[in-house]
Amino acid sequence: MNEAQPVTTTGLVKRYGEIVAVNDVDLTVERGDVFGYLGPNGAGKTTLLRILLGLIRPTSGSAKLFGRDPLVEGARALDGVAGFVEGPRFYPYLSGRRNLRLLADYDGDDARSRIDEVLELVELRDRAKDRVGGYSHGMRQRLGIAAALLRNPRLLLLDEPTTGLDPAGMRDMRDLVRRLAADEITILLSSHLLNEVEELCNRVAIIRTGRIVYEGGLRDLLATAATDYRLRATEPERARTVLLAQAGIEGVSFRDGELRFTADEEAVARAAINLGQARIGITALIPQSASLEELFLGLTGGESSDHDREAVA
Amino acid sequence: MTGVVKVYRWEVVKLLAQKRTYLGLGAAMAVPLIFVIVLVLQSGGPNDVPLGRYIRDTGLATPFVVLFFMSIWGFPLITALVAGDIVASESQNGTLKTILTRSRERGEVFGGKVLASATYTLVLVFAMGLVGLVAGSIAWGFHPLTSLSGTKVSAAHGAALLAASLGVYVLPLAGIAAFAILLSTVTRNSAASVVGALMWALLMQLLGVLPGTEAVRPYLLGTQFEAWHGFLRIPADWAPVIRALWVCALYIGLPLAAAYVVFLRRDVAGD
Repeated sequence: MNEAQPVTTTGLVKRYGEIVAVNDVDLTVERGDVFGYLGPNGAGKTTLLRILLGLIRPTSGSAKLFGRDPLVEGARALDGVAGFVEGPRFYPYLSGRRNLRLLADYDGDDARSRIDEVLELVELRDRAKDRVGGYSHGMRQRLGIAAALLRNPRLLLLDEPTTGLDPAGMRDMRDLVRRLAADEITILLSSHLLNEVEELCNRVAIIRTGRIVYEGGLRDLLATAATDYRLRATEPERARTVLLAQAGIEGVSFRDGELRFTADEEAVARAAINLGQARIGITALIPQSASLEELFLGLTGGESSDHDREAVA
Repeated sequence: MTGVVKVYRWEVVKLLAQKRTYLGLGAAMAVPLIFVIVLVLQSGGPNDVPLGRYIRDTGLATPFVVLFFMSIWGFPLITALVAGDIVASESQNGTLKTILTRSRERGEVFGGKVLASATYTLVLVFAMGLVGLVAGSIAWGFHPLTSLSGTKVSAAHGAALLAASLGVYVLPLAGIAAFAILLSTVTRNSAASVVGALMWALLMQLLGVLPGTEAVRPYLLGTQFEAWHGFLRIPADWAPVIRALWVCALYIGLPLAAAYVVFLRRDVAGD
């Protein structure tokens, strides 16, 4: 059981009438990943998390957490798994601590003994006696993380954890996610914020209208893109000739004392060797990488990640 | 402690932390108090209702008379206030998904909620009975009670009959609560569930007074509110009590079974 991947989905489909919220999704989140599930609003990110947490039934396909299907095994499938969708929700008329006690009792085992520890971790200990109804959005988000950590999870599923937070709150939340990842908790987080995913995640899936259009390492994704380079050389004219003669290098131009060209990583490595063999000194070779945003826009057909069409998620 | 008991315990905590709980409970306790105060200040009485003519003979008669008045819409409304809210409010607040992503099965969550709702109904009726008994006894003393057969029973015997009567009175109320829980589960809307359950209770009462419904009348939910009359006859008439037991079991069991299936299978999305 422990050998199974934290998350695997196979041919997962969820339909709401005519709308296909999750469309034939095959996904694997590996142990230790901070996995970004990235897509525009309404692309089906939350729907996938709901399926994983056993809140909704897929129309077809299967979803497994550490090899267990929530549809088949119910709450037992969530052992070692925690998270929230659409923001954490609590009983506003109970205090933060009381809410955690309730959830700890639902979880059993020794969850109750961890309440102080998790409150400390999310820096809510001083406000634990206050009713949640009086908490700010950021405090509720942090309480949501605390509630998730009560379960001592090996996998955290977080749905847009920084949405609605002010810049300081976003920074704190991202720091928290980093700390949790450092504690070897596998994290699957959905987001429509590209910089967040770029900052936190090692692997991503990019979805468009419920379908995965890319899944893999973030570095791999960035490397797939042809990258622009700026080259400063001791003999620019000769360097230009070398570049023009090499396969895989395109768009060579000379501007502001620099050579500019487009190449993939392999081609640019060969170019550096060729320039060296031609005894042309390289004073600077600066990659102008395509941003994740450019890749995202390309993969999602230009749908803005902030485009608000939250129809199904 | 089993999962259902754990959930039940926290459902009670949640009820105790909400104003609507005290609103309903307060109303149930205020009605007999107001009833006694009004009667103390007036000379007339509710002579046309069971035990009404003996209201000033003993405080024991007060809760019985109040039971009659409260059965029309008072108790159904108060019961529906909590039962109709118990699932729907969690849907509306989004807390249902919070608790359904923990280590409790949906069936355990549902069971805990049903038990909490039943507890509230029970407490409601017995709180009314106790306040009525105390207020009535302060006003008119704790004396022997004249039964519906016209014979007197001792005060202690009368108190035991009151407890039994309150117990059997809870059954049709539990039927209303069960229907409210069904609406609460299906509609995910507190207001719709409360109003719908109250309409259901009133419909049952209305059917009971319409001409041509004599054949079905013994099996209507509203009729079971009178089952306690059987205890007040000497010797006791068990027929209405036994009928209330199985008729109410159907009115409780069928909506709860339907609600259970819906709760187990429903998609928790957007709530």
